[in-house]
Amino acid sequence: MIFTALLAAALAATQPPPGRVAVPAGSYVPLYAATPATRVHVDGFRMDREPVTRADFLRFVRAAPAWRRAGANATQSEAGYLDDWRTPLDPGVETLRQPVTDVSRNAAAAYCAWRGARLPTTDEWEYVAAASGTRRDASHDAAFAAHLVTLYSARAGRPVQPVGSARPNAFGVSHLHDLVWEWTAAPPSHAMPGMTMAPAEHMACAAASDGAADPSNYAAFLRYAFRSGLSDRSTVHSLGFRCVA
Amino acid sequence: MSSKHAPHSAPGRYLFGSLLAAAALLGAASMTACSRSASAAESDRSLVPVRVANGKIMGQESATLTSAPNVPPPITRDYSTKVIVNLEVIEKTMRLADSVTYTMWTFGGTVPGSFIRVREGDLVELHLHNAAGNTMPHNIDLHAVTGPGGGAKMTLTLPGHESVFTFTALNPGLFIYHCATAPVPMHMSNGMYGMILVQPKERLPAVDHEYYVMQSEFYTTGKFGDHGLQSFDMEKGIEEKPTYVVFNGSVGAITGDHALKATAGQRVRIFVGNAGPNLTSSFHVIGEAFDNVYREGGSSATEHNVQTTLIPSGGAAIVEFGVEQPGDYTLVDHSIFRAFNQGALGTLSVGGQATPRVYAGVKSGVTDAITTGKE
Repeated sequence: MIFTALLAAALAATQPPPGRVAVPAGSYVPLYAATPATRVHVDGFRMDREPVTRADFLRFVRAAPAWRRAGANATQSEAGYLDDWRTPLDPGVETLRQPVTDVSRNAAAAYCAWRGARLPTTDEWEYVAAASGTRRDASHDAAFAAHLVTLYSARAGRPVQPVGSARPNAFGVSHLHDLVWEWTAAPPSHAMPGMTMAPAEHMACAAASDGAADPSNYAAFLRYAFRSGLSDRSTVHSLGFRCVA
Repeated sequence: MSSKHAPHSAPGRYLFGSLLAAAALLGAASMTACSRSASAAESDRSLVPVRVANGKIMGQESATLTSAPNVPPPITRDYSTKVIVNLEVIEKTMRLADSVTYTMWTFGGTVPGSFIRVREGDLVELHLHNAAGNTMPHNIDLHAVTGPGGGAKMTLTLPGHESVFTFTALNPGLFIYHCATAPVPMHMSNGMYGMILVQPKERLPAVDHEYYVMQSEFYTTGKFGDHGLQSFDMEKGIEEKPTYVVFNGSVGAITGDHALKATAGQRVRIFVGNAGPNLTSSFHVIGEAFDNVYREGGSSATEHNVQTTLIPSGGAAIVEFGVEQPGDYTLVDHSIFRAFNQGALGTLSVGGQATPRVYAGVKSGVTDAITTGKE
């Protein structure tokens, strides 16, 4: 019980969610576009500055028992749901600043709804994630794409790192690439117009470059391939999320 | 359709037979085939067989997997069985050369990946595990699989997850396997390949040593030999200008203390694969000739007394030879800059007694001393 008191104190000491950044309307070129010049319009929205942390998610499951590890909604996630928490209400006091992972799309969407928000669409997420530290659209910056590939690869076999260490991108949003993958809402039907097969099949062979706007954007391929393997119930140790409103 | 008596030696027979077979098929489809043409077509069909997976499957076993240069022992059973293969994908930082590391994506924790050995006709149940600590989704395309994607379309697997699929090993021979998840060239450049031998029902001839050697390239941001953790360089990959060309995943993986071993008088078989991802290999063993080459990994020894055999990217070959003389034999890609400057070197170290009649030398500048080849 002493431990619980410690945890409560630590939780109280963590920052509240760091707020959202206003993202102005604009457009971007998705990986699978009708032509390389096809830009998708994105309306303005507000995006969480950082990924949702374990402290944030602890507040949620305290308020919503059904979303605890063995709660009534557990069937909406795979068995890996929050499975590295010490107990259903204890993520581990030293891990509170890490992005929460091992949460399904269903659980992530429920969290966002609890905060009066929602998961970003893939278009919204990709639009913001195309920004480097200095340019809002760095999608044609080969060095930036190569940097992202290195960031993604470097996560292998490493514990999830805490938020707060990265410089924001040109939109003022942080940690889109370096810590974890992030959920998006289920892809709209137009997200992959070049695909003739189910996404998991299309991303499963050399033909994945067929229909791609830029076959040399390996960072985007890595993200789209990851997403293509997901279902609403999936839980992955390197997959977290953030909300938009 | 009365020309079914066309002489078998006629050059046009195969084409004609194919037409006949096609006609017979069409006829069968419309339920009007006559038995004579169907019979002729049947004998022709064995030339390009449409295989049937209907053999009896007896029992079940787990495949013994090995890491290079080791090969699982020959399969001695004479019936088909169900073989369970458990492959785990592990992403980890490993040695590429002295003082050089690279984050490799592996099948089974090694580059190249685990060697799988099954028998022609076996029903294989492959479990692909993607370790929870990995960050990427992965899948597997085995060239031994008959079916779209070679398994890849059924095995896209998230970290911490497992996929299972089954296939019947219809075609005997030596095949490579690799990850086929987008972007495929990156998954392959990072080490995701290995080999599967579908042992022919007739078995391979007995030898004293079997080894597993796989050539591949690495494309790093630094130059050859630059110290530290290296990253994948996509531009070098697109330009097909590798930084490293290696046997068995790193510079020196099969040299020095790790050399392949044999003794004079023994017979050696090497299962050689070429993962590419770009280059074709001109595989050669300096000081030996291959007595038998199963060209491109097919199930029979088609070539004999071969100096250098060409192994396509995404292909394989089986080479067999007796070793007559002790000493070190160097494995190379005879596109020789790759051997000299990029790492494509290995050693077969042969011990035992020398046979001067096979190999002897006269030392330069010494007129009366004949060496015996003894060290």
